[in-house]
Amino acid sequence: MTSLLRIATAGSVDDGKSTLIGRLLYDSKAVMEDQLAAVERTSKERGHDYTDLALVTDGLRSEREQGITIDVAYRYFATPRRKFIIADTPGHVQYTRNMVTGTSTAQLAIVLVDARHGLLEQSRRHAFLASLLGVQHIVLAVNKMDLIDWDHARFEKIRDEFHTFAARLDVHDVTTIPMSALHGDNVVTKSDKAPWYEGPALLRHLEEVYIAGDRNLVDVRFPVQYVIRPQTREHQDHRSYAGTVASGVMRRSDEVIVLPGGKTSRITKIEGPNGPVAEAFPPMAVSVSLADDIDISRGDLIARINNQPRVTQEFDATVCWMADDSALEPGRDYIIKQTTKTARARVTALDYRLDVNTLHRDKTATALKLNELGRITLRTQVPLMVDEYTRNASTGSFILIDPDTNGTVAAGMVLRDMSERAAAARASSPNAVEHRSLVTAQDRLSRGCTVWFTGLSGSGKSSVAMLAERKLLEMGRPAYVLDGDNLRHGLNADLGFSMADRAENLRRLAHIAALLADSGQIVLVPAISPLAEHRALARRLHEDAGLPFYEVFCDTPIADCEKRDPKGLYARARAGLIKDFTGIDSPHEPPRNPDLRLTHDRTPEELTEQIILLVGARR
Amino acid sequence: MTVQPAPPHYELSHLRSLEAEAIHIIREVAAEFERPVLLFSGGKDSIVMLHLALKAFQPARLPFPVMHVDTGHNFDEVIATRDHLVAETGIRLVVASVQDDIDAGRVVENGRSRNPLQTVTLLRAIRQNKFDAAFGGARRDEEKARAKERVFSFRDEFGQWEPKAQRPELWNLYNGRHRKGEHIRVFPLSNWTEYDIWSYVGAEDIGLPAIYYAHRRQVFERDAMLLAVHRFMQPRPGEKVFETSVRFRTVGDVTCTGCVESTAATVSEIIAETAVSRLTERGATRADDRISEAGMEDRKREGYF
Repeated sequence: MTSLLRIATAGSVDDGKSTLIGRLLYDSKAVMEDQLAAVERTSKERGHDYTDLALVTDGLRSEREQGITIDVAYRYFATPRRKFIIADTPGHVQYTRNMVTGTSTAQLAIVLVDARHGLLEQSRRHAFLASLLGVQHIVLAVNKMDLIDWDHARFEKIRDEFHTFAARLDVHDVTTIPMSALHGDNVVTKSDKAPWYEGPALLRHLEEVYIAGDRNLVDVRFPVQYVIRPQTREHQDHRSYAGTVASGVMRRSDEVIVLPGGKTSRITKIEGPNGPVAEAFPPMAVSVSLADDIDISRGDLIARINNQPRVTQEFDATVCWMADDSALEPGRDYIIKQTTKTARARVTALDYRLDVNTLHRDKTATALKLNELGRITLRTQVPLMVDEYTRNASTGSFILIDPDTNGTVAAGMVLRDMSERAAAARASSPNAVEHRSLVTAQDRLSRGCTVWFTGLSGSGKSSVAMLAERKLLEMGRPAYVLDGDNLRHGLNADLGFSMADRAENLRRLAHIAALLADSGQIVLVPAISPLAEHRALARRLHEDAGLPFYEVFCDTPIADCEKRDPKGLYARARAGLIKDFTGIDSPHEPPRNPDLRLTHDRTPEELTEQIILLVGARR
Repeated sequence: MTVQPAPPHYELSHLRSLEAEAIHIIREVAAEFERPVLLFSGGKDSIVMLHLALKAFQPARLPFPVMHVDTGHNFDEVIATRDHLVAETGIRLVVASVQDDIDAGRVVENGRSRNPLQTVTLLRAIRQNKFDAAFGGARRDEEKARAKERVFSFRDEFGQWEPKAQRPELWNLYNGRHRKGEHIRVFPLSNWTEYDIWSYVGAEDIGLPAIYYAHRRQVFERDAMLLAVHRFMQPRPGEKVFETSVRFRTVGDVTCTGCVESTAATVSEIIAETAVSRLTERGATRADDRISEAGMEDRKREGYF
């Protein structure tokens, strides 16, 4: 079975992007002789020494004249294993709109770098936009390697720099490939110019990259697109609801709820393009029949009873403004189109403008102009059924339309519902009043504290924590190891390993640690916690509650950690099976002034004793 | 009918993904527009598009009519297929005749192909029938100018396409809003290639006009293209007629559609031939696209299909 892979590229003429695409199309035989003849003719007319494959992709006359690509162009090629659709966009900041458009349907993005110049602002911007649009796979194509004599060290420097940057983004899979699009090295066929490169050529990677896992098969969301009522004698009573499965797997006999109305029913039949099917999954276009006669129309959404989207008239979103001649201003009314629903919408607030190059948030912004991104609050006239974009791109995406010009003026991505989490975590909701306890930490039998272990995987955090826990219990002191990994099986089961989710994982860990410490426990938290800011948050939380907090740095060199590799994780990370692995392709910021530094030249017993002394258990 | 189980890993093949996308687009138009119409030439792309449209509304009938812009210079096999489809599916057919516009003096024949004249007839028929959306079978892989066409392509009140003022198109959210007199061209097969079309014709066993398959025919060569001897198409003095085995890769007006030498008589033989072909189907067989590098772009701006 051949599958489909949608790719986004962005870049300027200088990167050799058009040459790269021309090369992919040409070498995979998607460029035909008559097209090539036209390209060769034009190349000669312009006095080029070689056939300029970039001309293959130049579409409109004005582009050919100006020698630039100004819009999103779609290209097609196929191998026996996959069919590819490339959304090809220009890379300059004034074409952010086009990049966002091209990337919106992509599963993989190719970020191009000129090996001579290294990472430029533009490459970072492409990677950022790709992660913003939820693209899970990035290929960093280090092009023009021939011009730096296939310099291995230089390639590695570019790769490492990009990985450091990508660690801040919500991207799980980065593959870096050295290539020369002009000469065809490592594009379609593996080159012998770089014997040090052990990875695949670009096309091979595109054929093999695993994308099926990217889809959300958990949350059933079926936006009703069209109601089918034949009104023929043969199908007099037929009534079914046509639409495209946005996410989840729908099955016959599933109990479902129809939103926003809230009526429940049962699926009796699912009809696919080729007859009845037992199950429907994204992106199938089907029609669904229900057991009960409920009033359902276009714009309604079918979900599972115990797994529903947010039904709301107000939400926050990141938007990219796309209109040439008007700006987004708070207070203005637009038309929103989200799934199959169309409604009036008002921008009630502009929180900040996001600089796509520096990721700086400008809170003083009062408007968003063409190609600018920002965070806004929207209020809609009728309730919409939305999910957070990072969890569900289908129910989390929308466009805004200007009611005067009918033009599409913005693309939007729904953000996490802050009100809910904030209420639980920060008591920021006005309805959640804090109850003060009648006792203080001093009144309890024992005094609690938190020992926070940071360090690489395999640096000995858990082992020391476990030994310390046993020792403390032997001494009659209440102690508890709060393991971040264990939490992921229950409380934090909704979190993945993106930077955002890791931050949330640590935030919860910090809060639980503080609660346990407040109850009198000595809490031992082994957590890689690579970023200083996350550890600082945990410390602040404890200090605000008047609880002691000790930061312990397990300072084991990565070589030693990798040699021990107790869980086999380094081997898997090196093999590319795990991405964003701290120390390999994700950074660790060691604490500058830890309360205690544990080094591996001591025995485990000695290290444990240091912890006992640290918490003052031995007086 | 038996219930089909889901494939392992819940993955769709690329062909079924394209099918789902096309059906989504077609349903979107039926839901959002008042008077859509499906443009039907009798060629393989429009037959596939009609096939998808019929699927989209099962078991209901097609909720919009089908329109043939008729140059009068048709292959008989194409008209036979069209009439057979109409009789079989009960679809409503509107014929917009180029001859009517010639008779009324709205266009003048220049002695060459009637193909360019279709634009006038098409726009007149859209206006007269108050159609607000027109499905076309165009694919982005056909031609450079089409690579940037949107799925929902806005046309002003003069039916014109402005490539620089196209609406951004994101995710599967299509903006079909327009004022009275304006309309939207919709291309559900945008992401299909010639190879996909043939694969689908094979998978779904879709009936096409016989001239798509290899047959023996009287032909002559002009501008490095093979043209069929036909009552609407006669060789000029000096152009030598000979008989050979040919098939048509595209089907349009007799006067501008060339054929290719081929012995591929079945879908699978054509798929095999398409896979190794080194010429685009338009480059090989369409005289109208050869006028200039920007030939298609100019005609599209004027409101061509």
